[in-house]
Amino acid sequence: MKLPEQVTRIVAVLALIVALVLLVRFVLIPPAYFSTTVHESATVRREVARPVNFAGAVACQDCHAEEWDRKAQGYHKGLACEACHGPSARHAEDPMSVKPFAPRDRKFCPVCHAYDAARPTGFPQINPESHNPLKPCITCHNPHDPVPPETPKECAACHAQIARTVALSAHALLPCATCHTASKEHRIAPRSALPSKPQTREFCGQCHAGGTANPDAPKVELASHGGGYLCWQCHYPHLPEGRP
Amino acid sequence: MNKREFLKKGAIAFIPAAAVLQALIRQAEAGATSGAGAAGSPTPGYEPRDHWYGMGIEVEKCIGCNRCAEACKVENDVPPEPFFFRTWVERYTVKQSGETEVECISVNPRGERKTQDEREALRSFFVPKLCNHCAHAPCVQVCPVGATFTTADGVVLVDSTRCIGCRYCIQACPYGARFFNHHTNTADKCTFCYHRVVKGLLPACVEVCPTQARVFGDLRSKASRLVRFQRMNKINVLKPALNTEPKVYYAQLDGEVR
Repeated sequence: MKLPEQVTRIVAVLALIVALVLLVRFVLIPPAYFSTTVHESATVRREVARPVNFAGAVACQDCHAEEWDRKAQGYHKGLACEACHGPSARHAEDPMSVKPFAPRDRKFCPVCHAYDAARPTGFPQINPESHNPLKPCITCHNPHDPVPPETPKECAACHAQIARTVALSAHALLPCATCHTASKEHRIAPRSALPSKPQTREFCGQCHAGGTANPDAPKVELASHGGGYLCWQCHYPHLPEGRP
Repeated sequence: MNKREFLKKGAIAFIPAAAVLQALIRQAEAGATSGAGAAGSPTPGYEPRDHWYGMGIEVEKCIGCNRCAEACKVENDVPPEPFFFRTWVERYTVKQSGETEVECISVNPRGERKTQDEREALRSFFVPKLCNHCAHAPCVQVCPVGATFTTADGVVLVDSTRCIGCRYCIQACPYGARFFNHHTNTADKCTFCYHRVVKGLLPACVEVCPTQARVFGDLRSKASRLVRFQRMNKINVLKPALNTEPKVYYAQLDGEVR
């Protein structure tokens, strides 16, 4: 079968157009015209040229060695200088004329240290309304080496929540030392010298087992009561009459 | 000029014109790369291809002090209105009833919390958030003008001169990390403080974090703090089912966090 002439012509013209387009797209126009490298590197350069406002903690070390060393020993050792003093890159460039911010009133420390239930357990928190109201924090605590101004005398100084709970319970008149032995070191380094806790059923049994001396304590038969469970798995010792 | 003549002259003029165009573009490209140092390096002695940046966040350590969000605003000229953030902190409260309450504390850091009665809460914690600098970023895919892209060191940036402000990327980001900057009329987002990182500094939010809840580092370097963080913790990312491959890694992330 022979193709009509107009078909061969149109095929030839179409093939020519396709060939031209391919030639222009892949040979004549350079690949850079389609690539984004130029714009991207321009953006990167623009980003890199932006000014730095926070100098970084290492920059402070050269001039403020005393505060640096003091801070490195204390609880604020992980805290960058600019976390409290604000962005200080311009101060690092021109130390005399630009002075960084130094928080001295009561507003600043509670940003981190006010009580919030969502804050992690063990993070030191206070209630700013009841914790020495109106007194600036720095009168008692040195922010470069924050420690309690004096060693706490009573357990309630730190364990206030437990103290309040016990005060309402049947165990209100028992001193903490009845069940816990805390070494002197616990008052200075609370987490490295933990106080003891009762370990056995017999410990509670000293008052609560049948036939013991204390007449006010409710008695149970230690051998059968509660099966193999430890007492504090059902009874919260700081509020024994409460629901566990 | 008849048609035949026009086509002839046109074909003759086209080839040198294309060659000139080609030469011009080559020149522009060479200028872009040489002006920035060899192989597109933005600062001398810095090779982007040797790095792949990410961030680690230890949820348990965050105290919700909002220093990070404030430092970010200062460092990056984020608009001052309290609803534009490149990084922000959320407070999650999982209630006894099983429902979860999320509050962005960066909007009003000293504000009252929604759940006033603590006995209603089962558990409560803070989650810092920012752009995840996804390896497969949806925002990069949807940009109709190619204004947002991933750099060789894994940072997602916005070219503010190309951005047409169509807000597609803001819609596409599953993490809500982008916002529309009404001063520049372009999309805006976290850059991992790119201008600091290439100079060897930490991002501003990592720098000021008082409890080291944020860890910044290079995933290509075994010795970096981030790789150590990944080694020492059980890691989760946000919305892993979307396959965006985020590079912000969370340790101790609660299942309720969205």
